[in-house]
Amino acid sequence: MHELSLLENVREILESHALSQNFSKVTQVTLEIGKLSCVEPDALRFGFDVVMKDSLADGAELIISELNGLGVCRQCGQHCVIETLYDPCNWCGSSKVDVVQGLDMKIKDLMVI
Amino acid sequence: MCGICGCGQTPDGTKLKPVTGKSQLILKQGHGHRHDKNENERLVKVEQDLLSKNNAYAGQNRIYFKQHNIFVLNLVSSPGAGKTTLLVETIKALQGRFPIAVIEGDQQTEHDADRIRATGTPAVQINTGRACHLDAHGIGHALMELDLKDHSLLAIENVGNLVCPSSFDLGEAHKVVVLSVTEGDDKPLKYPDMFHAADLMLINKTDLLPYVDFDMERCIDYAKRVNPDIHIISLSSTKGENFSVWTDWLSDRMTALFNREQTIAG
Repeated sequence: MHELSLLENVREILESHALSQNFSKVTQVTLEIGKLSCVEPDALRFGFDVVMKDSLADGAELIISELNGLGVCRQCGQHCVIETLYDPCNWCGSSKVDVVQGLDMKIKDLMVI
Repeated sequence: MCGICGCGQTPDGTKLKPVTGKSQLILKQGHGHRHDKNENERLVKVEQDLLSKNNAYAGQNRIYFKQHNIFVLNLVSSPGAGKTTLLVETIKALQGRFPIAVIEGDQQTEHDADRIRATGTPAVQINTGRACHLDAHGIGHALMELDLKDHSLLAIENVGNLVCPSSFDLGEAHKVVVLSVTEGDDKPLKYPDMFHAADLMLINKTDLLPYVDFDMERCIDYAKRVNPDIHIISLSSTKGENFSVWTDWLSDRMTALFNREQTIAG
């Protein structure tokens, strides 16, 4: 359950932005989670209430936007959508595909008061 | 009413009382309506990686390692793949050639650090408690307890877990994933994140191959599908089969690092 550690990072990032951008309450948190990243959106949703309780984001909405996995084939050079880290190129079938999108997890934006 | 988040709104916009007194909303994107907007609300762009804090600590560790010419490995595997035995045998093989130190990560006990210390090598044990991985901040603190020598090897044995440690950079030069033949040849596909993050896979306990249903070629094929660049060495830590291939891999890279530093310094 490293999702809890990640959510604790989210809370700390919110707290640091609250100081620098002068807000006291967060009403909505939007995360962008790559489909090839090592996190389960449902586990994030599950842990969000617990980790944000008694923080400035207590009661905030969580929006998770999932980003597709994208690779570039080393053999044919084409871009291809991939669902897993071991999907072959869907143009030429080569297994040598470099991931160019879908591994990242980030906080996109917040609604604050 | 909105059955997903429990906000008490109907699709036509009329408001119902919330079912529970709890105001927490779990909302999936695009579920059909907008919530009431408080006029004092404003949008703050963040665009920050969830792991940014860990990555910053990892960056600090990496600078420290570079300044002191310390070659750092992050060993990851399932529990019981043989990381500690591998380390003990590696220390025995390389002792005297360059200074070695170890950071051990486990949820509980000092057992692994005690095994390393029995070889005469300094070791710090990090007990992560509930956490399932080591993080770069914890490594930074462990460094303060270890009297690391310049031009040395630091091996970090992560918590036995094939999932979570893959995301947490510790500042290492290489992630090394250890897979034992008793675990099955399809682990690279079952837990692809770890094999994607690693530079080297050690297939351990090859002395047990006659007793288990493990297809070496299939395992290598699966690992290469996940990570075409992964380097693979099969070996037995306890019986010594192929062990020198691994210690050569290690000492070649350390020698290259130290020579490069000397060239830059010269």
